[in-house]
Amino acid sequence: MSSRRISPRPAFLMVPGIIALAFLVLPLLALLWQAPWGDITSIVSSPLALDALRLSLVTSLTATAFATVVGVPLAWLLAREVLPATRLVRALVIVPLLLPPVVSGVMLLSAFGRRGFVGQYLYSAFGIQLPFTTAGVVLAEAFVAMPFLIITLEGAFRSLDRRYEDAAITLGASSWTVFRRVTVPLIAPSLLAGAVLCWARALGEFGATITFAGNLPGVTQTMPLAVYSALESDRSAAIALSVLLLGVCVAVLVALRGYYLKGASA
Amino acid sequence: MRRPRTALLALTLVAVIPGAFVGTQPVTAATAAPTGSITVSAAASLTDVFPVIAAAFQKRFPGTTVSFNFGGSSAIVEQVNAGAPVDVLATASEPTMWKAANAGHTGRPLLFAKNTMAIAMPAGNPAGITGLADLSRSDVLTAVCAVAVPCGTAARDLFATNGISVRPVTFELDVRGVLGKVMADEVDAGIVYVTDVRSAGSAVTSVAIPADRNVTTTYPIATVTDGRNPVTARAFVAYVRYSRSAQGILRAYGFAKPW
Repeated sequence: MSSRRISPRPAFLMVPGIIALAFLVLPLLALLWQAPWGDITSIVSSPLALDALRLSLVTSLTATAFATVVGVPLAWLLAREVLPATRLVRALVIVPLLLPPVVSGVMLLSAFGRRGFVGQYLYSAFGIQLPFTTAGVVLAEAFVAMPFLIITLEGAFRSLDRRYEDAAITLGASSWTVFRRVTVPLIAPSLLAGAVLCWARALGEFGATITFAGNLPGVTQTMPLAVYSALESDRSAAIALSVLLLGVCVAVLVALRGYYLKGASA
Repeated sequence: MRRPRTALLALTLVAVIPGAFVGTQPVTAATAAPTGSITVSAAASLTDVFPVIAAAFQKRFPGTTVSFNFGGSSAIVEQVNAGAPVDVLATASEPTMWKAANAGHTGRPLLFAKNTMAIAMPAGNPAGITGLADLSRSDVLTAVCAVAVPCGTAARDLFATNGISVRPVTFELDVRGVLGKVMADEVDAGIVYVTDVRSAGSAVTSVAIPADRNVTTTYPIATVTDGRNPVTARAFVAYVRYSRSAQGILRAYGFAKPW
């Protein structure tokens, strides 16, 4: 039994695997290597950087909360195939994930812009204009990031052992109670993994944001936009801001590593 | 940092002399004939006019191909300074060009065009804008460029010159971003170049700014030091600056002479 096993470190996997690792890690090290460590505290604590960081955190967390509240139910509906044309619906949900974010921004303008399909009524009836507002940033981020949450959760709902739910129903629990007390706790690791993925995508959003919401410090200029804007005039400031963003992401991953890894392997 | 400016001025004066013979052969005599492909990084405001000039250049020098990389002037300068594989650099202001030239990444820049600013509004002018002063109204949404790019510096100077205070809703990264927001009717007004208004056609309306209250910018062009096709790059730079056809195309698109 023990003699016929794949060797633990076959060269045909080791070599490309190490190349992949180097490819992913090298730019990260290069960024840290180029970072203006002497000035980094002053750049990172400038009002512009703090505004951008605050805005990024607020919008990405709001977008993730919105995506969770409406995305989890959609994932459940898809997993249980209760909607007509489930395959088509699933394809539509995945579209924003495949599209270039700039195209998503153009689509959002067509829908929610001042002359958009829905936006024109929001504007004429309520005077609401979403482009160039913080709410517009949340919209752009949620649009681009929610599919990550939905596909993660759909997989979790599908692989769930439904006998637990059945047992709870037999014992007289209502659908709401079963969902809340049995289903959600069972998929909790995946829920966290999906939410983190969604949040990370929202935090990094650039194309849809600048297209739909513009670039105004303190209102719509999130970290990625601040990095890109800084790149136009001050490369070392752009690198410092990138390091800050990297730090935030690493901190979150480290804080969640236990849950996240469990969720990813579930 | 007065020196580069003086140098550029001297260059322009020198350039005026061959300028008297516009249409004659560019000053690349005795070198190898231009051939092969070049890549030109150019300011976003040249997006419409440069492909037309390139077509004329390719006709004049068969066997050459010109491809473009358009973007905000400071972004394309950063790319060149970081070693982008580009043969020619054309920016929308002298200070942006000097960031590359002073670092030794370009040959000597030649000024080839001049532009001024205009207020662009969506067709129909929904906010009823009649002049610069309207942009300080709180109900008017205005888009401008970020100050790092020439159109943003010009917009800032324009507001300062005219003593008005404007709170833009967005700072776009190049002038085409501003024009796009205007054409999409998402803002009421945008500060763009007069040439952008012209190329946008009926999609936008505009209000002219009186010449004595306006701001101008001049466009330098230069070869990139590490370019892979220096012969064709030099020929293209000379063609844009000195040929009657390129200068005629620039005039047709609304660019003025910088000399």
